Amino acid sequence: MALSAPAAAQTLNIYNWADYLDDAVIREFEREYGIRVIYNVYSNNEELHARLRGGASGYDVIFPSDYMAEVLIAEGLLQPIPREAVPNLAYIDERFLDLPFDPGNQYTVPYLWGSTGIGVNTRYVKEPVDSWDILWDPKYRGRIAMLNDPREVFGVALKRLGYSANTRDLEALEKAKELLVEQKPLVLTYDSDNTEILLVSEEVWLAHGYSGDVLRAMEDNPDITYVVPKEGGLLWMDVMAIPKTARNVDGALKFINFILRPDIHARLAEANQYPTPNRAAWEYHDEEFRQNPAIYVPDDVMERMEWIEDLGDMATVVDRLWTEVKAD
Amino acid sequence: MATSQTLARQGALNVSDVQRPRSVGAHLLLLPAYLWLGIFFLLPLVIIVYYSLTVRTPLGGSEAVFTLEHYARLWDPLYARIFWRSLWLAVATTVITILMAYPFAYALARTPQRWKNLLLLLSVIPFWTNFLVRTYAWMVILRSNGLVNTALMSLGLIEQPLPLLFTPGSVLLGLVYGFLPFMILPIYAAIDRLEPSLLEAAADLGARPWQTFWRVTLPLTAPGIAAGVLLVFVPALGMFIIPDLMGGAKVTLIGNLIQNQFLSARNWQFGSAASVVLMALVVLGLRLYKRFFRLEGVF
Repeated sequence: MALSAPAAAQTLNIYNWADYLDDAVIREFEREYGIRVIYNVYSNNEELHARLRGGASGYDVIFPSDYMAEVLIAEGLLQPIPREAVPNLAYIDERFLDLPFDPGNQYTVPYLWGSTGIGVNTRYVKEPVDSWDILWDPKYRGRIAMLNDPREVFGVALKRLGYSANTRDLEALEKAKELLVEQKPLVLTYDSDNTEILLVSEEVWLAHGYSGDVLRAMEDNPDITYVVPKEGGLLWMDVMAIPKTARNVDGALKFINFILRPDIHARLAEANQYPTPNRAAWEYHDEEFRQNPAIYVPDDVMERMEWIEDLGDMATVVDRLWTEVKAD
Repeated sequence: MATSQTLARQGALNVSDVQRPRSVGAHLLLLPAYLWLGIFFLLPLVIIVYYSLTVRTPLGGSEAVFTLEHYARLWDPLYARIFWRSLWLAVATTVITILMAYPFAYALARTPQRWKNLLLLLSVIPFWTNFLVRTYAWMVILRSNGLVNTALMSLGLIEQPLPLLFTPGSVLLGLVYGFLPFMILPIYAAIDRLEPSLLEAAADLGARPWQTFWRVTLPLTAPGIAAGVLLVFVPALGMFIIPDLMGGAKVTLIGNLIQNQFLSARNWQFGSAASVVLMALVVLGLRLYKRFFRLEGVF
């Protein structure tokens, strides 16, 4: 009793996406370290950004996505994470370290990641699907959904043309725009929030979407599969970081290291149905989870996948080209 | 006509009564209202104008350097086209809601009291459900294997599902549906207040029913229509949920353009400039509208 009294007084404020951190894992951390966790949620990166930029303090661990981490770092809103405080970082596969948004992982530690690909309803799309080309096939006019996100959609067109999804070359971007204008009559809807409904209701047969959303559709409709095209696609990652205004930095570091423990990281991946970047955690998965292409991208395709980078000044150009696609 | 002018003059008298110079005490009483307007209306407006005049940093921050580039960027046929389309759609929504709401409100006002309350309740009931949920309900009704298509196909009227959803037509339908109650209520209130003796007087003086309507009823209920137009046109102009969900985000309206700047493009500066221009156009439009329809004193 005497020992637990000072520890119980310590609290850790986590600011995260809703349903993104298994309750059982939080309880286990509380028991093991005697730190009480308070879990606050945000619904998108922009909300997190606005809160931190507005001077909100007291959040000890946050979970921004890759591009937002880059913004937060540039604005000086994060504090460096000392390597020696997070020894479990050694378990993270090197493909997920030292990424463009945080070279050398000075400020961020990988949490979970995922891919963008195509959800295919094999009842209607009988031919094998292995390329983005299928989204330009007039046979499927009105049965195609695309994400409503300029970087994701331009990423598809650029990859199909053989360019990097992060290219800043105006000519390449113009060509991608032409391709998207050409595709538009075939597209039923541009929607980032309803991929699952569109697929399950069979409103569309081909949906450009996030792996997690397609996976949920697969659970409801056995005809649906997920394909990451051979040209490669885009990857996203959510990371853990500590804001400059954190009050319990010590607790935050303990928590981050705890999440990176292979058994914990594996459990979190399975609870969220997203892959973990933790190499040692992969051994905890069963074969079905490990081999599921909707979760872990096959190794040969993985080489052609790209992380979304912030385009800086070119972002305005992409936005304009996107408006041109949409305005016609 | 004379009667309506007298009524209008009475209204004007009432207005000028309130506009006597206010005492210190009156200002004190208004302090909460001043504070409210200052903090929640004026301040955000100032911030938006400020953002629209500053430079965007590569990562989307704001640098306190004066620039007009965001306004210059709006001076582009691409964006003019978006403004024009939004304007057109908002006008269409407003006209259609007037045409639908006026007969309904008229019938409602002439219904016996006990049915009146029920009908009024029915037209307000949709408000009890979140707008987003109601929009999703429309999507379920209109989609290719939705209510309408399934019914038509089982009746053998069509072979293939009709493309009802994700079209410009479904956007207009969504807008009209969403804003119709805002047009019905003020028109109903105006018709309900209409003095029946005025109509009797018109009839006594030999006016035919349509003359009575055209020269008595309509002018006297015009303020109701004017209020409805305000409640429908202005929000319809900035709407972005309907074109995104029911239009499949294939049609960009000003609302979408602005929302996009604040979220995915992280260009608050350009988004603010577009907002300022939109506000200016609305104010200008309302002034012209007021002058054209001689609605001084209505708003």
